[in-house]
Amino acid sequence: MGKVTGFLEFSRSKPLRRSVEERLKDFREFDLPWPEALLAEQGARCMDCGVPTCHGEGGCPLGNLIPDWNDLVYKGDWDRAIEELHRTNNFPDVTGRVCPAPCEDACILGINDLPVNIKAIEKAIIDRAFKEHWVRPRPARQQTWKRVAVVGSGPAGLAGAQQLVRMGHQVTVFEKSNRLGGLLTYGIPDFKLEPDIVERRVQQMRDEGVVFYTSTEAGKDVPARELRNSFDAVLLAGGAEHARFLADDVEGRDLKGIHLAMEYLTQQNRRNLGDPIPAESALLATDKRVVILGGGDTGADCLGTAHRQRAFSVHQFEILPKPAKVKIGTSHEEGGERRWSVLTKGFTGVDGQVTELHGVEVEWLPPAENGGRPAMREVPGTEFTQPVDLVLLAMGFLGPKRPGLLTDLGVEFHERGAVKRDERYMTTVPGVFVAGDVTRGASLVVWAIWEGREAARNIHAYLMGGTD
Amino acid sequence: MTSPHFPQQQGLYDPALEKDSCGVGFVVNIKGGKSHDIIEQGLHILMSLAHRGATGADAQVGDGAGILMQMPHGFFSQAAAAEGFDLPAPGAYGVGMIFLPADEAKRERAEALINETVAQEGQRVLGWRTVPVVNDMLGEAARVGQPYIRQVFVAAPQGTGAADAAAFERKLYVIRRLVEKGAAEAGLAELAIPSFSAQTVVYKGMLTAKQLEEFYPDLHAPTMETAIALVHARYSTNTFPSWPLAHPYRMLAHNGEINTLRGNINWMTAREKNLQSRLFGADLPKLFPLINPKGSDSAIFDQVLEFLVQTGRSLPHAMMMMVPEAWDNNPHMDEDLKAFYQYHATLMEPWDGPAALAFSDGTVVGATLDRNGLRPGRIVVTKDDRVIMASEAGVLPVKPENVRLKMRLKPGHMFVVDVSQGRIISDEMLKQSMAAMHPYRDWVEQNTIHLRDLHEPPGVQQPDHDTVLQRQQVFGYTKEDIKFILSPMARNGEEPIGSMGFDQPIAVLSNKPKLLFNYFKQNFAQVTNPAIDSTREDLVMSLTTFVGREGDLLDEVPRNAHVLHLPHPILTNYNLERLRHVGQGDFQAKTLPMLFKAASGPEAMEQALDDLNRRADEAVRQGYSLIILTDRGVDRDTAAIPSLLAVGSVHHHLIRQGTRNNVGLIVETGEAREVHHFALLMGYGATAVNPYLAFETLVDEETELKTSAEDEVPKPIQNYMKALGKGLLKVFSKMGISTLQSYHGAQIFEALGLNREVIDRFFSGTHSRLGGVGLRELCEEVLRRHRYAYPEGDRGNPFLDVGGQYQFRRDGEYHAINPQTVHHLQVAVRENSQEAYDRFVAAADRVDKDIGNLRGLFEFKAREAIPLEEVEPAENIVRRFCTGAMSLGSISREAHETLAIAMNRLGGKSNTGEGGEDPVRFTPDANGDSRNSYIKQVASGRFGVNSLYLVNARELQIKISQGAKPGEGGQLPGHKVDEYIGSIRFTTPGVGLISPPPHHDIYSIEDLKQLIFDLKNANPEAEVSVKLVSETGVGTVAAGVAKGKADAVLISGMEGGTGASPLSSIQHAGTPWELGLAETQQTLVLNNLRGRIRVQTDGQLKTGRDVVIATLLGAEEYGFSTIPLIALGCIMMRVCHLNTCPVGIATQDPRLRKKFGGAPEHVTRYFHFIAEDVRCTMAQLGFRTIDEMVGRVDVLDTRRAISHWKAYGLDLTPILHRPDVPDTVHTHKVEAQDHALDKVLDRKLIELAQPALENRQPVYHELPIVNANLTTGTMLGSRLTRRYGAEGLPDNTIHFKFTGSAGQSFGAFVPRGITLTLAGDANDYIGKGLCGGRLIVFPPEGSAFPPEENIVVGNVALYGATAGEAFFNGLAGERFAVRNSGAHAVVEGVGDHGCEYMTGGRVVVLGPTGRNFAAGMSGGVAYVLDEHDRFPSRCNQQMVELEPMEAEDVELVYGLISKHVQYTGSPLGKRVLDRWEGLVDKFVRIMPVDYKRVLLLRKGEQREIA
Repeated sequence: MGKVTGFLEFSRSKPLRRSVEERLKDFREFDLPWPEALLAEQGARCMDCGVPTCHGEGGCPLGNLIPDWNDLVYKGDWDRAIEELHRTNNFPDVTGRVCPAPCEDACILGINDLPVNIKAIEKAIIDRAFKEHWVRPRPARQQTWKRVAVVGSGPAGLAGAQQLVRMGHQVTVFEKSNRLGGLLTYGIPDFKLEPDIVERRVQQMRDEGVVFYTSTEAGKDVPARELRNSFDAVLLAGGAEHARFLADDVEGRDLKGIHLAMEYLTQQNRRNLGDPIPAESALLATDKRVVILGGGDTGADCLGTAHRQRAFSVHQFEILPKPAKVKIGTSHEEGGERRWSVLTKGFTGVDGQVTELHGVEVEWLPPAENGGRPAMREVPGTEFTQPVDLVLLAMGFLGPKRPGLLTDLGVEFHERGAVKRDERYMTTVPGVFVAGDVTRGASLVVWAIWEGREAARNIHAYLMGGTD
Repeated sequence: MTSPHFPQQQGLYDPALEKDSCGVGFVVNIKGGKSHDIIEQGLHILMSLAHRGATGADAQVGDGAGILMQMPHGFFSQAAAAEGFDLPAPGAYGVGMIFLPADEAKRERAEALINETVAQEGQRVLGWRTVPVVNDMLGEAARVGQPYIRQVFVAAPQGTGAADAAAFERKLYVIRRLVEKGAAEAGLAELAIPSFSAQTVVYKGMLTAKQLEEFYPDLHAPTMETAIALVHARYSTNTFPSWPLAHPYRMLAHNGEINTLRGNINWMTAREKNLQSRLFGADLPKLFPLINPKGSDSAIFDQVLEFLVQTGRSLPHAMMMMVPEAWDNNPHMDEDLKAFYQYHATLMEPWDGPAALAFSDGTVVGATLDRNGLRPGRIVVTKDDRVIMASEAGVLPVKPENVRLKMRLKPGHMFVVDVSQGRIISDEMLKQSMAAMHPYRDWVEQNTIHLRDLHEPPGVQQPDHDTVLQRQQVFGYTKEDIKFILSPMARNGEEPIGSMGFDQPIAVLSNKPKLLFNYFKQNFAQVTNPAIDSTREDLVMSLTTFVGREGDLLDEVPRNAHVLHLPHPILTNYNLERLRHVGQGDFQAKTLPMLFKAASGPEAMEQALDDLNRRADEAVRQGYSLIILTDRGVDRDTAAIPSLLAVGSVHHHLIRQGTRNNVGLIVETGEAREVHHFALLMGYGATAVNPYLAFETLVDEETELKTSAEDEVPKPIQNYMKALGKGLLKVFSKMGISTLQSYHGAQIFEALGLNREVIDRFFSGTHSRLGGVGLRELCEEVLRRHRYAYPEGDRGNPFLDVGGQYQFRRDGEYHAINPQTVHHLQVAVRENSQEAYDRFVAAADRVDKDIGNLRGLFEFKAREAIPLEEVEPAENIVRRFCTGAMSLGSISREAHETLAIAMNRLGGKSNTGEGGEDPVRFTPDANGDSRNSYIKQVASGRFGVNSLYLVNARELQIKISQGAKPGEGGQLPGHKVDEYIGSIRFTTPGVGLISPPPHHDIYSIEDLKQLIFDLKNANPEAEVSVKLVSETGVGTVAAGVAKGKADAVLISGMEGGTGASPLSSIQHAGTPWELGLAETQQTLVLNNLRGRIRVQTDGQLKTGRDVVIATLLGAEEYGFSTIPLIALGCIMMRVCHLNTCPVGIATQDPRLRKKFGGAPEHVTRYFHFIAEDVRCTMAQLGFRTIDEMVGRVDVLDTRRAISHWKAYGLDLTPILHRPDVPDTVHTHKVEAQDHALDKVLDRKLIELAQPALENRQPVYHELPIVNANLTTGTMLGSRLTRRYGAEGLPDNTIHFKFTGSAGQSFGAFVPRGITLTLAGDANDYIGKGLCGGRLIVFPPEGSAFPPEENIVVGNVALYGATAGEAFFNGLAGERFAVRNSGAHAVVEGVGDHGCEYMTGGRVVVLGPTGRNFAAGMSGGVAYVLDEHDRFPSRCNQQMVELEPMEAEDVELVYGLISKHVQYTGSPLGKRVLDRWEGLVDKFVRIMPVDYKRVLLLRKGEQREIA
């Protein structure tokens, strides 16, 4: 296998990206392709572990056979590498771009060195595969004539649909937006994931036989009963769209200029795609003082978008304490100021338009002092005021939107809002399956793909009556 | 077993597994003159061999002793007269020595049976005589089993006379067989007939050597006269009364073991129906069944030997058939003799195994050694016409001036005395005459068919690339099969190597469909027989086979040779087609499919198996001589029967039909791909295999290996076949088997997880002790693979299964060591977190999830709990914890020392492993820590094993085998041998080290006893333990080990780890420790030996639950290796063999060693967690101490298997069996072994050497010595080392001169300052571990023979010597200076395998060498005086170059020879020095290539420094 001493000979290469200055000029992808020789070296760093944690628990949720394709890249066997990659992952072109790469955190080499550049290798494999036209539709050779409806065309829905259609089922996807891809198309900024990436996958799936309906909201345009009657199984993959808003006791939360991050991000993606945005609803950071509440990935996406819109200044506040190892995302490279342990107490404004944010620093108590659950305490004397024109709320999601399809179908929910399911991915309603954020709560794209695949496997078993 | 006194088979104990070994000898008057003296001398020999026999729990119960002699007519005439009947002339009557039931009624029935049978067969009973016996001195067990012993006198009907002695002898043979069979039918199991002949009589019993003559007063009668006395002292692993199993048998006394016994029995059984004998005619069927399968291996061998002799072959002829010497790869052998062996090879497979066989029919007496020479045989010919042969020299005193010749039996050689001709027949003469009996060469040349002579086939099967993937899926190929097995074999031509242990479920517990192959575990040699070194001693190995209809065993006719010769058992597609279309003479092949209709499920498979048998019968009837079983033709509808199942089915069916020998079986299968698969197919009856799918896979995968135009076979396939061949030889050699011919059908496996029905139908005779799956489940596994390949509809699966057998894969096979367990454990020990430890335990034990191992099936019974405080403290429990034997070299210095410090802090035991230890570690560190390993291992490589090492141990562990690779030696790849490692091991840096598979001083159980004794002498304060690996029969071996006086025995599970081992060994050899441990406990308790030996177990122990279960199954100490390493940071890369361990543990790379982050606390914390964990369970179970918990299997329950689709058929009750013994029998160690160290000669030597030991004053003394003085000088040496450390004393400070024959291990581990001179001769293992002392041996004053032509020291001299000098004025035996790493020696001739594995020192040989000199020699230099240019062909030149001496060599060699002359007075040495100028060019310098490189490098460095 590969080069056993690779990890001793080569060190981890830094990512190859367009310069900050360069990339802030547009919304195009910031990653640059890597030369093949470099990729081979990086692949050679993989130690081909006996217990490769990169794809076990704590590593890649998809169980990507990372050591296998690292080795194939080292050997220059690209066409087999994509085979191995596609074996566990429907959309490495997506995950190779947007995944936070838990595999690299879990990489054994990271124990006393820097981990293998797994994500960059993944991306290179699939980009090469598209370039070489190795990615082709793989339609089923025989139909089962079973009909499956998939609700939602985000990563979970698409992965589930692709798996199902390849098993020979008739798959229909319902998407309420005008374009397919859900979060992939509208939630993730183009500089991370250009719309073409999703589009070419959608085309592949069409060729495989998936039927897509856009601008069709299940539960409304297609009533729940019709879904149940016309299909042998239903896969709910509508995501966790219900975003967390400011708490009731936050003063001034109704002021103008305070928006949900998703609203903001979606609009920019639509703008890039050429959708007309009415001036009155335009949401732009240009020349504004922007504050992003929430230190996660969505917050970072807002950060990058705001900079590209030429904001005057951008601040990002996170309520949790600063972690020991701060992750510097690409957006953070591009500017802005980050603060941790900040609690937003309220907003004040002028003419109904927000102008100031009032915050305070908090300190976090060790779990033991509070019966096991962490708690915070405001630090007296740290109150501050932050001038602001645009507030973007990226504070997480509360689960799926319930009224409509979900309530009409009669599925049950967990206390924390997600749709309840059993280990077969089935909701409490027989024949209705569920995958992705809608059942898991907001999570990573890889998890969505995994759930889509697993749900598909279980739907297949449900439909065919076997266990294989 | 024939004795009614053996315990019944119970639990895991099976009396059929008992083994024995021993001392053997004879004395004969060449001229045939009978005298009583010969008997007295025979008994003397026996007494001198007494130390080779054994006693059990009771020292008064011997394992057996006996004597075979010519018919003492004078004595019997008188005795008969006293009984009131007269005997006819000698030869006209026979005497039956009969062991009768002690019970009178039964005895009468037995006697009646004999009387009737004699009459029935037309002979007459002259009378009976009760043999007087004296049994006062017998121990209880021997007395209980003592038979009533009588002699019956039988004569031919009046008037017929003794016209034909042979015919009468045959008649007596028929009578005996009929009686034996009749007794069995009549329930007279106690009836046994030690001898029944007109030529010989045997006196024997379950006696010690000493007891024999006291027990039988007959033996002292002056009228009891013979010219031949053949004696035997037995060392059995059991302690049960077994009078009949004492030797000699009717014609044979055997020291050794027949490894291929199962196959030999099957083949002989199959032959019976086809046999016809001119000599016996209608009487022949009366002899059948020939073999009583319940006899010992020796007894069965004797039964067949006797049959061959009675049916018309001479005794030596029959011996040569059954135990042929290595002939087919021997360039030195005469072609006629080769033809003799080849001819007979077509009639009978070799009975393979270590053996010194002494035999006699009353006229000839002789002895032979197996092809490997794995038992000693020393011969003295006297001027007064006697020959004395025995396992040791010095068994019968002979005045020096009376000695005509001293020689030894050589490997494969035979030595015969014919008293009727009054002469000795040498090996050469004997074999010449045998080879000339018939024109064997013509017969073979004219009749034997060779592959190359066969016609071009009409077509050859070509790869079908489009269906390869699907067929791979059908046969269960995984990605790993290609990555880890096929590709490496195709690229390197070697079996792939891996590391760390086996942490997956065994096949029957796995949720994945497993190949049938995976239900079998390879057996391997352990102690009672040695593994063979297939790499270094390949001259005895052979893959040649013959296929076709077997000839007529009882007739020597040319057409017997009409078989097909196959040089290699793996057939290419081309050769298979040639065979399929063979049509020479009556040679024709029939192809039968191993297929069934997938949709019809298990019933269809069963039907197909029946059909297959039926069609095989048909083919046999139609006269086909080859059957080709094929699974070509698998498709959507058609599934393949597991190839092994089909082979086993046809093979055993034909054996039962008695037609098996009429056809050869060849298998064409897509299933077989790894060595283990092929070994199984051949072990269960296939002669050759065509793995077509493996070939196709390689053609597809290995496109980069270029095949040149001349290659008939593509390169990857060539390499693959080469690797398979090597791998197969390795598998054979593990069991001590040398040739495919004898491995074929030998069934050297045990099944794990197959039910009785499957075993009885397809694998009859195989051990499968826990039951398991049946045909239905096996079929389900086939169908699951089939469905994977052909899922619903017509869509195929585009991928191979990930596997996960060799590396963790998320969707692959379950591994106990997985990301979770590793993570939790490391957090637990780093943060001292109980919570994390609990999570580790939950993940590792998985009591609520899938079952990872056998112990996972156990539950604790609910019992009354006690408060935790009442349980003994953790501090006590951790003392019972040991870390495993991981050598310095295999792991880094940092890791090795950290483990030692941790265990010393705990009061537990760390283990050096086999790599020696840096002496600086013997001194404690300033902070009070000690890096000295408590246990010091003595393994076959003997790296760094010297007196200093030994005296610094608190326990000495003899590693017989290792869980990851039982039957193989350790290996350390060259890149891990840096300067430091090399210096501690006394080896050459950069050169990979492969330890010999056997300890070259342990070829038998009595040898083990000897090594234990040696080590006890080398450090009387240390305990000695013996490490074994779990397999069926390990309990019996453990009992032998207990009788060999070991203080402890370690039963390792197959799961155990390794730094480097063939993957097939890690996966497929040995069994889980649960089985071996339970069997050991049961066997030791049944034998009442448990009380004097500590039992330890290891093999992936992880949690407190594991420890508790181990205790309940019988262990009182516990070994851990993998988990302590994980505690130190190991992340199971499984690359230990590559030296790239990224956490600095299993590497010597300085860059990586810097990354080592482990600390002693990590290990101590882990062990404290476990100890507390154990205490909690003890409290719950109500045990206050470990001691009271040992062996308490009654608190375990097994209910968990029930729900698993495969495991539900398992029956674990044999593991939970508790022998029913009286309360007085101990179940854990309570008493110490009696090592008899107070009686050794060294006590006297130490006394005499006081002035030197106390005040460094020189001492010199002269003493007599005999062969019973074992291990002389060793204890003296240990005293010296203790006092003076590594430095020793100045040369010659202590000098003893002995006269006589020294016992084994003379001068072992003797350090600097001691000189031992011996006027006489020495036995085996002289100077083993010599570490600075000097040994001098020469013939005693008065000897008239030329010393250089006579043997003066035995086998395996200077094994593992590290320093010192030795001068031997005469010849030495085999394996001279094996593994020498520093001693200088001069000798006048050596046997085979001289200087094997040598890594240092200088050896000068002034005379002839045997074959295979310098095999595996990687260091040191040898010089051979080769006056007649014979040496090069006898030297194994794989690692050495032959060169002339250079100036510095000349100086060194001249100096050594001068010393030799000075010390020994060697006439040869003198002559050489006298003619020095003429001879100096005749010396060949044997220089290891790597060693030379290092020497040159060092010279260069010195020059640079200068």
